[in-house]
Amino acid sequence: MDKMKVLAEWSYTPTKIDKGYTRKTLYVNVGEPRMEIRDVTQDMIDKFTGGRGFDLKLLWDAVKDTTKWNDPENEIVLSGGPLCGITQYPGTGKCYAAFISPLSGQTYDSNSGGYWGPLTKFSGFDAIEIQGKSEKEIIIFINGDDGKIQILESNQPDINAYTITENLHEYFATSEADKRSISVVSAGKGAETSYFGCMNMSFYDPRRKVTRLKQAGRGGGGSIMRDKKIAAMVVKYSKMTGNENNVVDLDTLQKVGVKLHKEIHDLDDSQCKMRKIGTAHLNEIMDEYHLLPVNNYKFGQNSAEIAKIHSSEYEKLFTQGLPDGCWYGCSMACAKAVDGFTIQTGPCKGEKVTVDGPEYETVASLGSNVGVFDPLWTIEANFYADHYGVDTISLGTTLAFVCECFELGLINKTDTNDLELRFGNKKDIMELIHRMAVGTDEFAAIVAKGIRYIKKAFAEKYNSDAKTMEAIGMEGQGVETSEYVPKESIAQWGGYYLTLKGPQHDEAWLIFMDMVNKQLPTYEDKAEALHYFPNFRTWFSLVGLCKLPWNDVEPANNRIVNPPKEAAKVPEHVQNYVDIFNAVTGKAIKKEDLVTMSEKVYNFQRVFQVRMKQGNAFHNIPLRALGPVFADEWDARKDYYDGKLKEIGVEPAGLSTEAKIQKLQEYRLGMWEGLKTAVYKRRGWNKKGIPTVETLKRLGIDYPEVVAVVEKYSKPEDVIA
Amino acid sequence: MITVNGDPLDWHPGMTVQDVLDAKSYTFRMIGVWVNDKPVPKGEFGTFVIPDSAVVQAIHMVSGG
Repeated sequence: MDKMKVLAEWSYTPTKIDKGYTRKTLYVNVGEPRMEIRDVTQDMIDKFTGGRGFDLKLLWDAVKDTTKWNDPENEIVLSGGPLCGITQYPGTGKCYAAFISPLSGQTYDSNSGGYWGPLTKFSGFDAIEIQGKSEKEIIIFINGDDGKIQILESNQPDINAYTITENLHEYFATSEADKRSISVVSAGKGAETSYFGCMNMSFYDPRRKVTRLKQAGRGGGGSIMRDKKIAAMVVKYSKMTGNENNVVDLDTLQKVGVKLHKEIHDLDDSQCKMRKIGTAHLNEIMDEYHLLPVNNYKFGQNSAEIAKIHSSEYEKLFTQGLPDGCWYGCSMACAKAVDGFTIQTGPCKGEKVTVDGPEYETVASLGSNVGVFDPLWTIEANFYADHYGVDTISLGTTLAFVCECFELGLINKTDTNDLELRFGNKKDIMELIHRMAVGTDEFAAIVAKGIRYIKKAFAEKYNSDAKTMEAIGMEGQGVETSEYVPKESIAQWGGYYLTLKGPQHDEAWLIFMDMVNKQLPTYEDKAEALHYFPNFRTWFSLVGLCKLPWNDVEPANNRIVNPPKEAAKVPEHVQNYVDIFNAVTGKAIKKEDLVTMSEKVYNFQRVFQVRMKQGNAFHNIPLRALGPVFADEWDARKDYYDGKLKEIGVEPAGLSTEAKIQKLQEYRLGMWEGLKTAVYKRRGWNKKGIPTVETLKRLGIDYPEVVAVVEKYSKPEDVIA
Repeated sequence: MITVNGDPLDWHPGMTVQDVLDAKSYTFRMIGVWVNDKPVPKGEFGTFVIPDSAVVQAIHMVSGG
């Protein structure tokens, strides 16, 4: 391959990591171009910990109140966190990205496995900020071996993820073994047209001899990369040792790690089977509990078709017996892959490829939610979503919405340029994915921008009924809902739609606790869960951990030694986190400190949203998320829903289905308001969902500029008594 | 009659934990069961006999995502 032209180059002396931190961040402006290495203050560590906390702090300082996603000052900030890169405990390779999202116009944070997070830290940086806009197609290269930062003029004819990633591992490696020293962040052509472009973060798989992709999928980070004309970012670090983080107490780290490795080894096959199927073990479980989204969340189950996408079907397709960890030392190894898959459509037709995934979310989004129960089709759609650089969840949820619009007659074949976008029409749905990736026509370009944009555009261009689209468009804060039917869990309304950034399941998944276990009977119980779990899970994002080893495996005695509510928190694993954090950093935190550490960042991010939305950072919920919208939805579970009416004192006999739906909607909208008030109160927010000054003071994040935002948009009458 | 997660369920003599799980279609693998506040080990689901009027909690642990 020809050598790439160096457009800018800077040398630096990589700082060694001490107790999990380099205490340096890298700033690169790709427009000017300019590079700076900045110090991390003790206050930044104390208040923001690392990872997503550092991302948000740096992003706050970089943007203006009016910054839009495609303004030059918007940044992509990437950070692992103090535990990122340790190899003794499973799930420690996570990298967190934050940016102003094209979908929501406020901050979004998204995480990925792969080697990018650890290798950039080993190269000397706790976080990396990318700002500005390049005029030329560029590749950013961080060379941690030689202490060099380069901006290269891209010579890559194909920027789609699998191709450019493979090429850049080849280009920057000096040998086959050296390919493991490299990680590439890429997007793809689809990220140029879409608002939900993803960032693919790579690692090299020496057994398969291919590059593998993990995704910071959600929120549109890939779209920002392409807007900045960044074809890829590359890091190289080849001097890795077993204690690169220079931890304080290696013995404890090893001891706690060995304990969890043994637990996974002994129990995974009888628990979640993550090593064999990854999160696709959930497919039939979600169907059984009416939680699998079918046809744009209309239904939660498809008894006739579920066998086709049963986890056992995916187990046959995933290559077994390979250690599929996406970072060294992860024995959970859930990064499953389909090898030797022959592509049937599009530009890669006929090629044999290795496809990463699909995980449960993709099985549902590019499967049941669009009415498709065909694993081979889903695998191909998964491949192209990653290759084109678009988020499989937003893509699938958007396509599901568009299919329902088509079936309702809100759009027609003239609008779609001859595509018959009915649920289950695999050929035409796949064709639309290809058209979206290149922006073939106006319709495809609209669809690529997500549900909130589509609702407005369809109403304006095709005269589609706005009220119906509002009811069935499954988005919150502009972001598409991930793949669980939330209708029957009030707590999950909050778990999705009272979140910082929109309906993504990484804050709180409370459906079982609430709907099945019935452990959260009151608004206050639900609010407590919507305080604890989002904050507890935020902690993973601050330190560089994957959430899965927390509760996708549990100690054999978890349900014996702990009462039911505590068991859900997996107390032994929580203690593991305290122990490994202290072992790495030398601090002496306790269990309860985890939530307080997170609360600082959680509330800071909420104020950040208020700032970017000029006080109007509202939490919206579509009617479809609250219950049935159409008669066939009600009738699919008629006895169940009639029973729900009786529970609230409404006699269903004699009422039309439409009237029943309206009664339940009215009641549930009232419940939504009740939930919202209870949650805001528990979180220390006012009626508009703005943290109070007292909350900021309690958490020590009462910086003048943060308080100023709160004071600007809060009124005395907004206080919750 | 017994209650399972607060809902009534018809009881019959010899009813085991597994019978309850089957009756409720609780197929999730990560499930813990408490009968009258006492945990039942997973290996005993098929043999543990539930007394009449028992309060059964069948707790689904969260996973995935």
